[in-house]
Amino acid sequence: MLFLVAVCGTCVVLARDPLRQALMASLYGLVLGLLFFVFQAPDVALSQTVVGAVALPLMILLALARVRWEEERRK
Amino acid sequence: MNARLRLRVFAVAGTALFAALVWGFVGLPDFGSFDGAYGQLLNRLSVPDRASTDVVTTVNFDFREFDTLGEEFILFAAVVGVASLLRTLRGEHVATPDDDVPGRRVPETSLVVGVTGTLLVAPTVLIGIYVVLHGHQTPGGGFQGGVILATGLLLTYLTADYMTMRRVGPTALIEAAEGAGAAGFVLIAIGGLLFAGSFFENFLPIETAGQLISAGTIPLGNLAVGLAVTGGFAFMLSEFLQQTLIKRRREVR
Repeated sequence: MLFLVAVCGTCVVLARDPLRQALMASLYGLVLGLLFFVFQAPDVALSQTVVGAVALPLMILLALARVRWEEERRK
Repeated sequence: MNARLRLRVFAVAGTALFAALVWGFVGLPDFGSFDGAYGQLLNRLSVPDRASTDVVTTVNFDFREFDTLGEEFILFAAVVGVASLLRTLRGEHVATPDDDVPGRRVPETSLVVGVTGTLLVAPTVLIGIYVVLHGHQTPGGGFQGGVILATGLLLTYLTADYMTMRRVGPTALIEAAEGAGAAGFVLIAIGGLLFAGSFFENFLPIETAGQLISAGTIPLGNLAVGLAVTGGFAFMLSEFLQQTLIKRRREVR
């Protein structure tokens, strides 16, 4: 489990494309939530899952969509 | 600064950081063998004193509820910040949403996404409500449940479209939930001041542990925070979506 978290975290850093990075960050949030659950911290696990796996990537994706639209309009 | 120098500086700083981390980790207690006095005290007091079986929630919504008030208003400030940053500026005007322009074919939601989403919306909302209401008994509480509830709104956007989402969660309703939640939380605090003598003091009967209505003001606090968090996240979601989908054009002078 710890190993999986380390791998996912490294993947987030190594992903250069913001879109992939956001998706990877979502997966990382989910795995980290599972890790908290395994370590008997279900409260933190719930917070981590909803914020790290859903809310944060969502904000990034929406911001990306907005930026891309702006770029396309300029062409 | 060239690349090699930068790498060298990083190597020095990285080694120092790694050494500091190893030094710090060596001093940590073994997993599962925490013996801080405060932790033991809370474990022993939570059920007999507050009838709350989730110690984390007891700390967040009773013993250290003042800290939660601060966190609650951090979220509130963030929402206000988003609202004021993304407001319609002078020289901008709101154009028809992309999805609503006459003659434009909106890409159909794929069948898989549609069916999965439709099946998931009701359970998601139900789990959200459950997590908020049972915060004093099982893991979770107002914050976690609130975000899950806001996710329900996101699911309606994914399965249907932006306009349906606006119908399900109109801005006025979302703003009302955010305001009512934040105000309710402060009212609970003032209730403690009035009825029990100090800010955030638990002033309702404690009842029996394990019942839905028990633990005094803890479920009420969860409910208020749940409302505020649902409203806050739903508000940010619809504001960001509005930014993406509704075009704003600067007027040509």
